[in-house]
Amino acid sequence: MTSTSVRRHRATGLVVLLAALVATGVGYAAVTDSAQAAPPQASETQVQQGRQLFLEGCATCHGLAAQGTDSGPGLIGVGAASVDFQVTTGRMPLSAPAVQAPRKTPQYTPEQVTALAAYVASLGAGPAIPSDSDLSTTDANLAEGGELFRTNCAQCHNFAGKGGALSDGKYAPTLMNATPREMVEAMLTGPQNMPNFPNATLPLEKKQAIVKYITDNLQNAAAPGGLALGSYGPVTEGVFIWTAGIGALLLAAVWIGAKVR
Amino acid sequence: MSDNHGTDVSVAEHGDTPEFPLPPHHHRITDTDPKAAKRAERQVAAMFGLSALCTIGFVVAYVAIPTDTFIALGPIGIVQLSNLVLGLTFGLAILLIGLGAIQWAKKLMADEEIIGERHPLGSPKEDQDAALAEFQTGLAESGFVERKIVRRTLIGALALFPIPLIVVLKDMGPLPVDSLNHTIWRKGSRIVVDVTGKPLRPEDLAIGTLVSASPEDLDKIQELEGNQNARAKASIILVRMRPSDIKSQQSPEGQTWDYQGILAFSKICTHVGCPIALYQQRQHSLLCPCHQSTFDLADGGKVIFGPAARHMPQLPITIDSEGYLVAQSDFQEPVGPSFWERG
Repeated sequence: MTSTSVRRHRATGLVVLLAALVATGVGYAAVTDSAQAAPPQASETQVQQGRQLFLEGCATCHGLAAQGTDSGPGLIGVGAASVDFQVTTGRMPLSAPAVQAPRKTPQYTPEQVTALAAYVASLGAGPAIPSDSDLSTTDANLAEGGELFRTNCAQCHNFAGKGGALSDGKYAPTLMNATPREMVEAMLTGPQNMPNFPNATLPLEKKQAIVKYITDNLQNAAAPGGLALGSYGPVTEGVFIWTAGIGALLLAAVWIGAKVR
Repeated sequence: MSDNHGTDVSVAEHGDTPEFPLPPHHHRITDTDPKAAKRAERQVAAMFGLSALCTIGFVVAYVAIPTDTFIALGPIGIVQLSNLVLGLTFGLAILLIGLGAIQWAKKLMADEEIIGERHPLGSPKEDQDAALAEFQTGLAESGFVERKIVRRTLIGALALFPIPLIVVLKDMGPLPVDSLNHTIWRKGSRIVVDVTGKPLRPEDLAIGTLVSASPEDLDKIQELEGNQNARAKASIILVRMRPSDIKSQQSPEGQTWDYQGILAFSKICTHVGCPIALYQQRQHSLLCPCHQSTFDLADGGKVIFGPAARHMPQLPITIDSEGYLVAQSDFQEPVGPSFWERG
């Protein structure tokens, strides 16, 4: 049998292709956190001011009396906490009809949010905006918070709190930028497709435990093993190993087979 | 054996000239220039030497670097120093041995083109005949053919021998028997919130509320008595929706399985048994994170997407005399994935 004659490989094209594949890194958009003070108590003037803002900015979708229309749900009885969550995270007002309202820069000042919340709260009883003491996690049980998080939150928001996909283009958002107030408000009111977790089923101190777990354990979590690839699990890990890992193997194969001069 | 036209392998008898001549052979620079060869030798030795250093470095790092030291590594984030160094030294140690070996083979090992001769694979006819004759002799001398009782008892003994291996499989545990068809839910079992153990009243749940729940009796079952199995089968989710939103339920004619819009469903996916709580309260749909099976809880837990073959089993619920939510009975069908005997 003839020995295999070593053919000269034109590896340049392959190398360029692989370099491009490997360079396809994942970029992370860091959104800055904006903590804010507790809104003061609502007064009659705030309700009036809120009503004015509502008619200007919200009534198109939610109806002139906040009764809801085909384009938006009714807001009677959703409570001040719901308004505070939706508007301070910039999810409302919606910039365009979409399956889900994304987090964006808030469109209203804190005073305007307070007024809007006061107006919607005046329409019907609902969850109030949590006070600073409601948000205190000093006495919260971190271990219990972890267990509750894994039982109630991790399914959608992912074990690392990085969020995850739902059906039809909807998603559970990442919790990395969420403030304790937003977390408690979201649990109380169930924004968009999230179910709600009222204090009757998940008491406030349990919510505080979950908040403590998220803020202390997840939001500043180190990645002991190195590149966490977004903590999304098999999708990003698979993409990485199929491009960077197999790419490296291909490069090695090209080098081993290359003609020696 | 020279009739090989039409194949790309040339088979040469000993001493023949090859049918397909080789292209001219060019020597490598390391074959002609001793300086280049020396350089290649140094490269290979350096790789092997570095590998040894990395191995020593691994041992040193393992002993010296505390596991609670973290460093910030630019875009990668905050990384445990010990893991980083251990991984790098160990990985480089094996990689450098491999790279050195390949470099050695490519640059320094003999670079001659050799014609490998290929012979017929079968043994020569006389060897085959001799082996067969030897076997026949052995057969005759052993008396395997004539002594029928010896032969038959041997065959019988060998046939029975594997039976103990099958009998000891019994120790793999009892058959599941009926346990797959039942959970610990029974008439009057109180529904409590998972983890916290709080019993629930209907007014605790608002429209759109989701509760991961379990039977109150679960805590009374000890670990060794199968607490985890009981939990795995009995886990449920409670959701509340407007009664007008409920299109259908699994309850037979004349029965009410919800309580004023509060519905209880198994938490275990009917596909391969992942626990599900991805409840999208606007659509009343339950999405399994494993394979995207989607169940419409407003429509009797019907499968609306994905690989699940059966609807999500519904637990009939009501309230007891003290106003707490309880089960009306066990599930009316096995929960979780399909199994053989289920048919």
